[in-house]
Amino acid sequence: MQWNWKKSGLALGLTFVLAIVLVKPIGVSTQFVIVDGIIASLFNDSLVYPSSESPSGYGSDNAYLNKSGGKYAAAIANPLNYGLMFVASMIVGGFIASRQLRRQDADPPRLPLVHRQRFGNDTLKRYLLSFVGGFLCVYGARMAGGCTSGHMMSGMMQTSVSGFVFAASAFAAAVPTAIWLYDRGAKKS
Amino acid sequence: MSLVFAIILGTLFGYVLYRVGATDADKIISMLTLKDMYLAKAIASGIGLAALLLFVGLSCGLIDPTHLSTKSMFLGVVPGGILLGIGWALSGMCPGTGVANLGAGRIDALVYVVGGLVGAAAFTMDYESLAALGLFDAIWGGKITLASLLNSHWAGILLGAAFILCASLLPLRIRSQS
Repeated sequence: MQWNWKKSGLALGLTFVLAIVLVKPIGVSTQFVIVDGIIASLFNDSLVYPSSESPSGYGSDNAYLNKSGGKYAAAIANPLNYGLMFVASMIVGGFIASRQLRRQDADPPRLPLVHRQRFGNDTLKRYLLSFVGGFLCVYGARMAGGCTSGHMMSGMMQTSVSGFVFAASAFAAAVPTAIWLYDRGAKKS
Repeated sequence: MSLVFAIILGTLFGYVLYRVGATDADKIISMLTLKDMYLAKAIASGIGLAALLLFVGLSCGLIDPTHLSTKSMFLGVVPGGILLGIGWALSGMCPGTGVANLGAGRIDALVYVVGGLVGAAAFTMDYESLAALGLFDAIWGGKITLASLLNSHWAGILLGAAFILCASLLPLRIRSQS
């Protein structure tokens, strides 16, 4: 059964605080870079390398992987690290929750309702929007230094100024885009 | 030990995102088209409660302040936020909910995550030239927070309360359903 907003807010709030109590604020988008680096280092042995000059003990010729004392390079060299295991475990959490809901409710639709109202059963268009959406979200998140989890939720709960600026920028772009894309011609339903 | 925490917290976060319905593209798009503000109320009250508990915990010495980590303010936050907002609205997913959706076996989420990996690779290659534009140079004092500016945990406690108040006052529907 769907939680109401109070129960949902309670669950989200407690999760974000618990992460800080035990370890550190929640963040996701960095791990897309780390996974890319792990894949790329299968083909390129010298992408990241041990470096005695770097605070993390690792370096890279790529400026992004080498930044902040080579901490991304270190995470790529040692995939069994907190950040990557956290994000990998999120898949397990999503699996458990979806199984639980599937027992209670009907199967979730393969295409979002808003998509079917606007584009019919055009699965290819859904995949195209998903791919472009994923590209823009992670490119943007890396440019901003965090995503909805790290910047918006973890940032604003710490009263971080960058979190407020990020949230305002994201919603200022997302609301007109969503209305423009999904509201036109949606009256067919 | 930190890996055990990673598995527990990651599983919990993925579970909560899914149960809250943040993984549901319909709920995201309905929020962004201002037709169903359920998710906005859930997210705002979640941030509010988290801020409230965090700053009460810090005041009582129950939370180790070295566990905090704030992100710096730089010019890239604005265009980065805009790009993320556009991608969020096109797909109805963000990086966290895309990953949690993988566990539900959604193909569109898999396509989203692949798109995200390509985006991360593109950014990794573009970083140096973007940095040369000054996009990542700290402004406004960098890692500032309202609590540090006002030098008081009360800023966080009051802000948390304000978020919860806004969440409860926000109407469920702003625009009518078509």
